[in-house]
Amino acid sequence: MADREIQTLGAVSRPLPHDSAAAQISGTALYADDVPEAANILHGAFGLSTMAHARLTGLDLSAVQSAPGVVAVFSAINIPGKNDVSPFAGDDRLFAEDEVVYHGQALFLVVASSHQAARRAAKLGKAAYEPLPPLLSIAEALAADSLIEPAQSMGRGDVAAALAASPHRLSGRLAMGGQDHFYLEGQIAVATPQEQGGMHVLSSTQHPSEVQHIIARVLGLADAQVTVEVRRMGGGFGGKETQASLFAAGAALAAAAAGRQVKIRADRDDDMVLTGKRHEFETGYEVGFDEEGRIEAVSMELASRCGCSADLSQAINDRAMFHADNCYFYPAVKILSHRAKTHTVSATAFRGFGGPQGMIVAERMLDHIAHALGKDPLSVRLANLYGPGRDLTPYAMQVADNVAPQIIADLVASSDYTARRAAVADWNARHRIIKKGIALTPVKFGISFTTTHLNQGGALVNIYTDGSILLNHGGTEMGQGLMIKVAQVVADVFAVPVAQVRISSTRTDKVPNTSATAASSGSDLNGMAAFNAAAAIRARLVEFAAGHFGVEEEAVRFTPDGVVAGAQIVSFARLCQLAYLARVSLSATGFYATPAIHYDRASHTGRPFYYFAYGAAVAEVALDTLTGEHKVLAVDILHDVGKSLNPAIDLGQIEGGFIQGMGWLTTEELVFDADGRLLTHAPSTYKIPTASDRPARMKIELWAPGENAEPTIHRSKAVGEPPFMLANAVFCALTQAVAASVPSGGFPALDAPATPERILAAIAALRAGHG
Amino acid sequence: MSVRFLLDGEVITLDAPDPTGTLLEFLRGPLRRTGTKEGCAEGDCGACTLLLGTLAGEGCSARIAWRAVNSCIMFLPMLHGKALLTIESLGGAHPVQREMLERHGSQCGFCTPGIVMSLYARSIGALGAEQSVADCLAGNLCRCTGYGPILAAGAAVAAAPRDDAAIIAALRKLRDAPGAINYQGRRAFLPQTVEELAALYLAHPQARLVAGATDVGLWVTKQQRVLDELIFIADIEALRFMEETPDGLRLGAALRYAEAQAALARLHPALGELVRRIGGAQVRNAGTIGGNIANGSPIGDMPPSLIALGATLTLRRGAERRTMALEDFFLAYGKQDRQPGEFVESLFIPRPEPDALILIAKLSKRFDSDIAAVCGAIHLRVEDGTITQARLAFGGMAGTPKRAAHVEAALTGAPFTAAALEAAASLIGQDFAPLSDVRGTAAYRLTVAANLLRRLWAQSQGEIASVLELADG
Repeated sequence: MADREIQTLGAVSRPLPHDSAAAQISGTALYADDVPEAANILHGAFGLSTMAHARLTGLDLSAVQSAPGVVAVFSAINIPGKNDVSPFAGDDRLFAEDEVVYHGQALFLVVASSHQAARRAAKLGKAAYEPLPPLLSIAEALAADSLIEPAQSMGRGDVAAALAASPHRLSGRLAMGGQDHFYLEGQIAVATPQEQGGMHVLSSTQHPSEVQHIIARVLGLADAQVTVEVRRMGGGFGGKETQASLFAAGAALAAAAAGRQVKIRADRDDDMVLTGKRHEFETGYEVGFDEEGRIEAVSMELASRCGCSADLSQAINDRAMFHADNCYFYPAVKILSHRAKTHTVSATAFRGFGGPQGMIVAERMLDHIAHALGKDPLSVRLANLYGPGRDLTPYAMQVADNVAPQIIADLVASSDYTARRAAVADWNARHRIIKKGIALTPVKFGISFTTTHLNQGGALVNIYTDGSILLNHGGTEMGQGLMIKVAQVVADVFAVPVAQVRISSTRTDKVPNTSATAASSGSDLNGMAAFNAAAAIRARLVEFAAGHFGVEEEAVRFTPDGVVAGAQIVSFARLCQLAYLARVSLSATGFYATPAIHYDRASHTGRPFYYFAYGAAVAEVALDTLTGEHKVLAVDILHDVGKSLNPAIDLGQIEGGFIQGMGWLTTEELVFDADGRLLTHAPSTYKIPTASDRPARMKIELWAPGENAEPTIHRSKAVGEPPFMLANAVFCALTQAVAASVPSGGFPALDAPATPERILAAIAALRAGHG
Repeated sequence: MSVRFLLDGEVITLDAPDPTGTLLEFLRGPLRRTGTKEGCAEGDCGACTLLLGTLAGEGCSARIAWRAVNSCIMFLPMLHGKALLTIESLGGAHPVQREMLERHGSQCGFCTPGIVMSLYARSIGALGAEQSVADCLAGNLCRCTGYGPILAAGAAVAAAPRDDAAIIAALRKLRDAPGAINYQGRRAFLPQTVEELAALYLAHPQARLVAGATDVGLWVTKQQRVLDELIFIADIEALRFMEETPDGLRLGAALRYAEAQAALARLHPALGELVRRIGGAQVRNAGTIGGNIANGSPIGDMPPSLIALGATLTLRRGAERRTMALEDFFLAYGKQDRQPGEFVESLFIPRPEPDALILIAKLSKRFDSDIAAVCGAIHLRVEDGTITQARLAFGGMAGTPKRAAHVEAALTGAPFTAAALEAAASLIGQDFAPLSDVRGTAAYRLTVAANLLRRLWAQSQGEIASVLELADG
């Protein structure tokens, strides 16, 4: 462990640009669709179902087969292995077989001489359906007892008694919509047959190992015959964790059959219809509290729309439960979670992985308490924070690294919260139509895959005799800056410039059996694995140098000026040459398994997280009581990334996460019609934030005292997901502004996303006395 | 005929290309210029942004008029005689690129080339360059950064016009007379004069007129429709005039939004603000005022406001012209008062009286680059405390952009008071029975349409009644 505490030698903690930035700004960074194609490449497109739930009684593909440019058509009967592209549950089909389970499900794949020819032909399939009643909403599914697994419950204490004994009680509800990932680069895979039955697939995926295993399963190959490679994704956000498999398996199936390279690049509309999204939730709570707003008991119910299959919904809904406390101590608590199985696209991972949905219920509940007591919601939040003697989560993990109180205190000061809250009240007293709201919300996000075995990472470091270093690890690059962070870690081990570390594609034939780059774990797992690989080589070099130069091992030091051995100094390259000539291996694998974590899912107790990441945000908003239009005016963020591996990358994650969270809670609305058809399947109708939606005043700072209490890589903290939930402040500020629109009108029943229409409806409900 | 255009000093010649082949496909395919990305293929994300240059002016005042456009919905014949700049044209060391790099403006990088091109367009004084950085980027979606570093990069780059002498000289050699394109039994025409257009359209009334292709482009990329006959009209100079007079503003049908924006803002600031929020810059740089009217959208970015201002439309068929009130052009959903072979030639917007009360509102889920749930315009004349004239028109409330006759009748002759406006607002349901769709329910539409009268009253009393007034923080 002491080895991991080595002094950083310069590369770590510097705000270096993203490793691909120079290529990206000049258009030379290659994404999967940019790599030169084989001369005889074929292009694939899926034919989609036009019913949400039906028995598939026939599939006439003759018109598809005879369409111009078409080379081959594939459906379930053409799969040599298993018709299963699911991550583990066995319930996701590559092509529908007997039953169609969502509107837009893939029925068949056509490959043709061009992308457009394939798309045109894909429209010509004639499916015969025997319609079955679809379950579309959470309520319909729960009423029909249609679930992906039995309801899960966690908590402690006699909640009913504690509620009954509480001085105050109230109950409320909150519904929130799903969210499309809207990665700018849509799903894509390029499969190229190799000699002797092998298959190489270039995939835009966060989980190359799983894609590899699924392709092998679908084609009936051994895992070792399939290589999956990803250099970079044009965005992932969880949408390419399990969702890439469909496209990769389809491309591989066609490539194997045709003996030609096959590319499937989903058109944006097809991508949005075919692939899973964030879970929509309907939630309710009953809470008992005292005069100060301090919670005595909570009973919470979370229900989500999981869609037509399990996908990762079990873990996602677990994570919603894990975050239904956020930073707050619930003395007596019960959290009940229902996982509805519906005839909609299977909901999947999305930044936060259920955490946002759970956490915002806590924030809603605290706003509700504050409203009932006529208090500043911040004072109620402060009264409920975890603290000494009040540090046990509903899943019985002790919160041992609680820095939320300090972060909040620092943010209250730096944002001038108190004065601004008074100014907002003053504005609201003087303005009839435009009302303002301000809110401060904290974030505590658990870091680790809650499925314990996934918390492992692998790396391969090769050093060549010129001293250049090739870095490979199991993590994938989707824009989050993982590659540069890990390169900084490795460069630091040898005290060489980061430019000396060559970053390469993530490939299943270099580092096997990797976990998805997900759960914000990329740099924690792969950074440490790469560190271990580099440290292994360094130890060999030290041993060699000590012998070669005749000094003690302690006298060998790696410095920016070269490797010092006693009174002698040689360049790093020279040392590598000497080591090579002395037959010392300059290649090493590295491995890391997160220590200390354990979880008993039967009782929902344990330590699922190695540590927590914290942050807090203040948002100030204005809304128009005549139209429901609203604008985020100012945002102040203080976020803890521990000791940052790269402050520039971390700040980028924080801002991007916040704006994405703001989109989820405001403009991004998924609309399905009564037949289960997604109506918002393109950017013309699905509105992610654009440049002017960024608040004009936005102050983002890393929390200076931040340092991970656990010995993570250089005491850094994960940053991918936690900042997403900083945007809860926007939703809470909007709630405040809606409440201010109808003073004494009650507590607003605002649901997410808070579109202008929902804002106006919430105001109207207050006016009608339905607060 | 051949389509010829200039790319980094090289003349690219396409012999009889697919008339609905897109520029993006051509760049990424045959030209192997893969820096330009496809994000949506419908002109809404900007990943495919590049610059299109047209020779403008004569003699020594000749210049290249550059504009950022979405290449995903630009058809190949539209390139004829133009110069192109793609991300590859910039090398990698342009100040925009340096600022993007140093300020960490790229994360996944997929939107980055398009964003660089939009910022580059602003830096060289391309069409719309006077707009704010955020306005120039409204058509460039980024899902990673939250935009802060990108906005900062855009703001940090100094304006620096290009030296286009070589391109001017090269484009002068490409000014040949285009003819028709024949491609696998499909035809496209590129008339150069209104007379040619009038004759062609009479002879081919079933042809589809294409100006900026910001709508028709999607018919091809999204609906995969096969268009057999096309007439491209965006480069007919005689359709691209603008006459500002004391009486009003006359605009040629092929004038692009961005080209008319300043004049429209001079007519009334609210009209300029409306144009600012239409599409992204790339859409405003391609889409035309005439196309927006002729395609008969029930929401219609411009028509409700134009109707409220009393605009008239001039149609032409052969040598015959007729002029009508704009509202009379819209007969029913998808149906306009346009004869076979007849086309929109120009639009006249009377200059409102200086004391006219005008409110224009576009209500959408997102402020920029969205399609409205309700697009409304109110135009009142008040004399001696009495409303002497009321014109209200709404989009998104019916199958066509439509006036609110009952509301207008109630207002006309009424005193300009809160009570009178309240009374009139209550009549909105008599004028409209809107539909519910992804953009809003019928109830929401009726409520906010009526509330626009309340907003007008509040603003007339000096109250702040739009959050956009607070947007600068």
